[in-house]
Amino acid sequence: MSITIQNIKKKFGNFQALDDISLNIETGELIALLGPSGSGKTSLLRIIAGLENLDEGAILFDGENITEINAKERNIGFVFQHYALFKHMTVFENVAYGLKVRPRKTRPSKKEIADKVHTLLSLVKLEHFADRYPSQLSGGQRQRVALARALAVEPKVLLLDEPFGALDAKVRKDLRRWLRKMHNEFHVTSIFVTHDQEEALDVADRIVVMNKGKIEQVGTPEDVYDHPNSPFVYDFLGNVNLFKGRLKNGQLVHGSYTGPIDETLAKHDTEAIGYVRPHDIQIERTANLEGMVPAKIIFIHAIGPIVQIELHRQDIDEYLEAEISKELFHSLKLQRGEQVYIRPKQLKVFIPDDFSI
Amino acid sequence: MEKLTIEQTVVTSKQKIGNTTLKEPWLIRLILTTISLLFLLIFLVLPLVTIFITAFKKGLDVYIASITEPDALSAIKLTLLVAVIAVPINTLFGIAAAWAITKFNFRGKNLLTTLIDLPFAVSPVIAGLVFILLFGAEGLFGDLLSNYNVQIIFSLPGIILASLFVTVPFVARELIPLMQTQGTQEEEASISLGAGALTTFLKVTLPNIKWGLLYGVILCNARVMGEFGAVSVVSGHIRGLTNTMPLHIEVLYNEYQFSAAFAVASLMSLLALFTIIIKNIIEWRTKQ
Repeated sequence: MSITIQNIKKKFGNFQALDDISLNIETGELIALLGPSGSGKTSLLRIIAGLENLDEGAILFDGENITEINAKERNIGFVFQHYALFKHMTVFENVAYGLKVRPRKTRPSKKEIADKVHTLLSLVKLEHFADRYPSQLSGGQRQRVALARALAVEPKVLLLDEPFGALDAKVRKDLRRWLRKMHNEFHVTSIFVTHDQEEALDVADRIVVMNKGKIEQVGTPEDVYDHPNSPFVYDFLGNVNLFKGRLKNGQLVHGSYTGPIDETLAKHDTEAIGYVRPHDIQIERTANLEGMVPAKIIFIHAIGPIVQIELHRQDIDEYLEAEISKELFHSLKLQRGEQVYIRPKQLKVFIPDDFSI
Repeated sequence: MEKLTIEQTVVTSKQKIGNTTLKEPWLIRLILTTISLLFLLIFLVLPLVTIFITAFKKGLDVYIASITEPDALSAIKLTLLVAVIAVPINTLFGIAAAWAITKFNFRGKNLLTTLIDLPFAVSPVIAGLVFILLFGAEGLFGDLLSNYNVQIIFSLPGIILASLFVTVPFVARELIPLMQTQGTQEEEASISLGAGALTTFLKVTLPNIKWGLLYGVILCNARVMGEFGAVSVVSGHIRGLTNTMPLHIEVLYNEYQFSAAFAVASLMSLLALFTIIIKNIIEWRTKQ
């Protein structure tokens, strides 16, 4: 089912949680709502679910306006961060709940319900836990029960609110992959909320980056990671080095560094910030290229295929982080304390809002 | 000075340290236990025993006669009737209030929470007087009520109103903290799975709060049956008509019928003991 979100606004007291949000979600997509806490991502999810009212705007499911329709009638599956399993019911009863509460006309028979529950429990690999109570399960198992429970009603949309937020790193990664796999099988339109950029990049078809109640950028993981359209997205998705300098004569000047900028910015003469990903920092032993700046290696973290190097710039008192491949690291024979030369291979310049004219 | 140094050197040996650290708490424990046991004995056990001794002083026949005479029976019936009406009403109110306070945000929420506590702060006598001022013959609605021939004060409705007033907080106060810690997520999960409000309440909310609810109901019931002050003001002490058990006991006592008074009192004490036992069973079940 496709979802259309039209100009949604929501206020909690004086706090503008959502400020004119519009978004289109195609049938079968897996969307991540990514943002820091307070960015409005959970509010948006709850509004789509009907668990929260909106002040202005509309929500359309398959082109049909469902803004006024109760959560009960929306046919969604909702997975909560803290599972929200029914404590006094067994795993079986939890999963069966959505089918058992149906009006008699549409309610499946007892046997059909039992079959369905057992199929779902084997899907989440919990078929032997049917008679347990939620308190007897681990966090990862509970969240799988919650997923099975949400899927039991065959929702047209699956909404997940920080589904792996309360789990430890290893379980989180497993469940993440499992969610991706399940989505590939069922193709139910899914939206999940997360503040973990790695999770969003790893799982989602498209990422919606949110900040302060607004959408900053929408795009595929590659899109938003490689071509962030704002300083916020740059900062929020992955690590970034800042070159807080000045635009002059079509170049960014920062300490002894001068480098080329986009033509669109060429006529500006103002404070500006260059954003450089750690893997876009080039390290050389000699200043063989234009725009190279001296820096001293202060720390080397060489575990795994990527070597992280912390540098201290010599021209100005600032620190940098660079990432290079292990092969390059070995061929350069870098040592802690050595002086090297660095240069941003790719740098994106933004003029901060405060300075823009 | 010399003594002190000797003691200090002795204390350094391991055994002595063990003894001294054990000795003091042991003494303190003994003192504390004795104090609390003595307190319980003087203020709880002794009066309770006295009630039963006095009740049976003139023999079993007198005891049975005093709890089966028409006025006593009428008092027992009235007390039960008031409980049967007031407890369910306050249970419903308590659930509704706790539900509203914990699951919704609305203006005046804090005011409602404070108002629920009001009966705890107001003296029961004043509570009774308020109803006289409202519904008594000279009261605010006195003329209106007499025009329609409705009697509230000095009859059952007044007693029920007074009982309701003093027991308003019991169920709500028990449920609010419980429902606050439980939050609304399970209810939201239920609704998102397609369950209606009533189904959600019956299948999700109620099972989660049942022990707390029962606890509140039992305390509420005990208070309704035992309430003296407020009921005393509105009932008018009409023997065989508007006397509840506590009022009946007072009347008998004032007439120097100690055995009879204590016989009825012993019934109420049994009720109290029974309540405490159920309360403990519930506490035990909740912990499980």
